[in-house]
Amino acid sequence: MKVGLFIPCYMNELYPKASMATLELLEKQGLSVEYPLLQTCCGQPLSNSGCTKDMEVLAKKFVSLFKEYDYVVAPSGSCVGTVKFQYEQFLKDDKDYASLKNKIYEVCEFLHDIIKPDSFNSSFPYKVGLHNSCHAHRELGLGSPSERNIPYFNKIETLLKKVNGIELVSLTREDECCGFGGTFTINESAISAFMGKDRIKDHLNAGAEIITGADLSCLMHLDGLIRREGKPLRVMHVVEILNGENPHGTL
Amino acid sequence: MEHSKLAEEFTQNEERTHWHDAALWFVREKRDRLAKGVVEWERLRELASQIKTHTMANLDSYLTKFETNAKRRGIQVHWAKNADEHNRIVLQILNLHRAKKVVKSKSMLTEECGLNPFLEESGIEVVDTDLGERIVQFRKEPPSHIVLPAIHLKKEDVGKTFEKFLNTEEGNSDPTYLTKAARAHLREKFLGADAGITGVNFGICETGGVVVCTNEGNADLGATLPKLHIASMGIEKLIPRVKDLAVFTRLLARSATGQPITSYTSFYQGARDGCELHVVIVDNGRSAMLGSNEFHNALNCIRCGACMNTCPVFRRSGGFSYGATIPGPIGSTLEPFKDLKKHSSLPYACTLCASCSNICPIKINLHEQLYLHRQNVVKAGLMDKKKERALNFAGWIFKHPKIFDLMGKSTRKIMPLLPRKILYSKTNLWGKYKEMPQIPKNSFKELYIKRQKGKK
Repeated sequence: MKVGLFIPCYMNELYPKASMATLELLEKQGLSVEYPLLQTCCGQPLSNSGCTKDMEVLAKKFVSLFKEYDYVVAPSGSCVGTVKFQYEQFLKDDKDYASLKNKIYEVCEFLHDIIKPDSFNSSFPYKVGLHNSCHAHRELGLGSPSERNIPYFNKIETLLKKVNGIELVSLTREDECCGFGGTFTINESAISAFMGKDRIKDHLNAGAEIITGADLSCLMHLDGLIRREGKPLRVMHVVEILNGENPHGTL
Repeated sequence: MEHSKLAEEFTQNEERTHWHDAALWFVREKRDRLAKGVVEWERLRELASQIKTHTMANLDSYLTKFETNAKRRGIQVHWAKNADEHNRIVLQILNLHRAKKVVKSKSMLTEECGLNPFLEESGIEVVDTDLGERIVQFRKEPPSHIVLPAIHLKKEDVGKTFEKFLNTEEGNSDPTYLTKAARAHLREKFLGADAGITGVNFGICETGGVVVCTNEGNADLGATLPKLHIASMGIEKLIPRVKDLAVFTRLLARSATGQPITSYTSFYQGARDGCELHVVIVDNGRSAMLGSNEFHNALNCIRCGACMNTCPVFRRSGGFSYGATIPGPIGSTLEPFKDLKKHSSLPYACTLCASCSNICPIKINLHEQLYLHRQNVVKAGLMDKKKERALNFAGWIFKHPKIFDLMGKSTRKIMPLLPRKILYSKTNLWGKYKEMPQIPKNSFKELYIKRQKGKK
């Protein structure tokens, strides 16, 4: 099984450790993983802003870079969501895309649905709050949205429970948006910060020492607020915890 | 004004913003408990969506059917192309009856048409009789929420307003006391009214009757005490059969306020003896929306307000920040469709979290519509030019991997060298409320290449 590793552009530049943890975690599952060097950005910031004139070119480039793999896996719910759902409008009737959109996975979704490991041989003796990022949670369906009347499930939680010593805390609002929202955090900086601070408070009140999640963009936003306000919390991508890494200051 | 500016103003009072968020979240939680008590909830949502979609797809024949059956019951039916026609028709009916005093129950359509100021100009007194509406009417404010029009006000604000307009005791903000004062005041208005105006929640094609759902019974008093009842109805309010109503009444109040059903679900099936019932059917831009592939679903809305209660932005920015008759997620798709230029910031007042689409009892794809509206904003040249240039520049870089890598590398080199004053200058909107990300020495790509070389 050949896996193409898709690392979101901002993670490539700002979060090499979490990116490497994704690669290592996948390799530990006995998979052959390749990172195509010509990848840049899936175009999400453009697509979500309505600035779509370059989207067709970016979407085509993405498809040609990744079409040869059996699976494409990325440590980001929102970037996978962009490829899986938003590319459709720019790549109508593209056969390669039609096949790609069904083999691209967010990494937790991939581990949970396809690889199904029994354990990760990792321990993480900390109190952890799970931030259910909206695109992973509601768009990709990694968990049951709190609005819906369907049986409860949460794929990330299921994976985290396989880590030794971890204690997942209960939040009062299990899947409220953190306010990042891509360019929203710039356009609507006041509301964005307000929403983020409210999430942080919920995690702190629940006794969390670490906030984790499937989207580092949300966590990057929360981390910026945590450091500005000097709160006793750290953020870590869920793959770092699954890969057995320790909390660290820089990501 | 842009949503972001008004929203920022709203958040300046942190304590009040938290209170507003908590008040609406309380309603959301009540809704959750009730919705989750109905085992077939998701099936009801699907049914409701199908019924509405079917009705809207065949709206021409359903409208005619409704008119025929309504007339058969002695209801007088009027057609209004736009707000102005609606207002003139209502005025004409009132004038024919020499009606000078009107009691009105909650209707977002008359709000949309600006009926109150129009009638007032002609010397007609219009009293909004829904408690929340009366409060905002005293204060000369529009409703800040379509179901909870005074949700932006605390009981102390209401106390002060009533002191001024209803001569209540100074400093008394006891809700029971204030409600009793409003009730006494409104009873007099009901008894002295020449006509009652209501909105319509559902128009039923097979009977030709209209249904109004309220909690205070004010629509019933307004529709039955005076001899003249005018009901204003948007063309999208129709449902085919009485039995379809069973689907919608189960969804409406649960979604709106977390009640199993509204206190009053009143059927107006024709005029009583010696009285008149008029239904004014209004288009005002709706048929244009009906013709839109991307946005026609928004017409399925039953105005429960659940999307507002769940929207994390609405809860923290307040209804007035939208500068539109209908605020929140549903307003952010309806209003830009009508006037993109005026409301171009609304599709961006959203993180695309999709909570609205998941809570909507009619399964309207609200967040997807907001996503699509953004493309229309850009196509119409309404995006801020600086932002557009920056995004297009980013797009160009994304197309060129080598330049992309170079830009990343130089940013990682330069950023740590910048003094805080420069890095966190006024133009850095990220840095206004939070710290910039910490910069690593190497990109993942650099580490990956090194790692691959080591393997060989």
